[in-house]
Amino acid sequence: MSATTTAIATSSKRGVWGGGNEPLKASYGKLMMWFFLLSDIFTFAAFLITYAAIRMSYPAYAGPSDKFIGSNEYWPVPEMVFDAIPFFHGAHIPLLFVGIMTFILIMSSVTMVLAVEAGHRYDRNDVVKWMLWTLLGGITFLSCQAWEWGHFIHGTPGGSLLTYVNENARLVTETVFGANLTVNEYGPAAFAQLFFFITGFHGFHVTIGVVLLFIAFYQAAVGVYERRGHYEMIEKIGLYWHFVDLVWVFVFTFFYLI
Amino acid sequence: MSLQENQTTLEVQPRDNAKIKKIWKIAGILLFVTAIEFVFAFTMPRGILLYSIFIGLTLVKAGYIMMEFMHLKDEAKTLFWSIMIPLIFLVWLIIALMKEGSEIFMLRW
Repeated sequence: MSATTTAIATSSKRGVWGGGNEPLKASYGKLMMWFFLLSDIFTFAAFLITYAAIRMSYPAYAGPSDKFIGSNEYWPVPEMVFDAIPFFHGAHIPLLFVGIMTFILIMSSVTMVLAVEAGHRYDRNDVVKWMLWTLLGGITFLSCQAWEWGHFIHGTPGGSLLTYVNENARLVTETVFGANLTVNEYGPAAFAQLFFFITGFHGFHVTIGVVLLFIAFYQAAVGVYERRGHYEMIEKIGLYWHFVDLVWVFVFTFFYLI
Repeated sequence: MSLQENQTTLEVQPRDNAKIKKIWKIAGILLFVTAIEFVFAFTMPRGILLYSIFIGLTLVKAGYIMMEFMHLKDEAKTLFWSIMIPLIFLVWLIIALMKEGSEIFMLRW
């Protein structure tokens, strides 16, 4: 190589153009993960803001919560829709199940930070242990969500008497059970559509997260990261996993509480 | 973090208990805030005040997750702001679509 190249690499005070430095003091992978997450924040924000806009275009249910009856005339009260938990058929226990789901996801986020912390210390046993806990948390959350969807789709024994335009473009009045993308017993069609799209898109992210967690868990266990000399992959997957938790915090508030 | 590419075995460093304790403390805060949200959900009447409290507490939780769990506050300031500043665009989107939603409501009902 010519002498000038060498001169740039060695003599420059800052060495910005000489290579070997990290912009923003973060590695390439971490930086790209952050910018990917930023774009993902916009996607989820678009979903949640759409929810807010559509919700505001419908009248709110005005009566007392405990007298709530599902209708497509007004927006439902979430605590009256999400009031079931597994093994207690027909019991009215509002929001408890989704509270448990939130607890599980926050705890799996905590075990993820502990895995990242163990990675900083090159402690393979701790990384494997905490990754396993995180993985279990993720799988449990997904199972809960599957149950929640199943319950939402099948609906309550009583259903709701609704007048709506069916899939054959006919105006019909009939008792509707559960939910699909055309009609649902809880509220306007948009309510179930938004439920499926928002929690579904989040669940899709969790599924991807579980796959990534499993790969990282396996690679940490067989010593891939130890041979590589660092546990940065745990950190990058950790960023993604915390993001999934972050989104759930917002979904929980806007879909289930408000 | 220093990259020790050619080293085959890594020396395990001892646990920093203060750091681990801090992680659990933040976990406690997150769960506590969620518990408070539950209490408010069942004791307060629905309305702007309750919704404001919910959104405020959600932002507190989001702050803890991003700053502590994702270590955003420890990143270089340029990275910190290049993540935070674009989020300002969302503020306008929220205002615009909330207004849009209430206009549609006025037209329909």
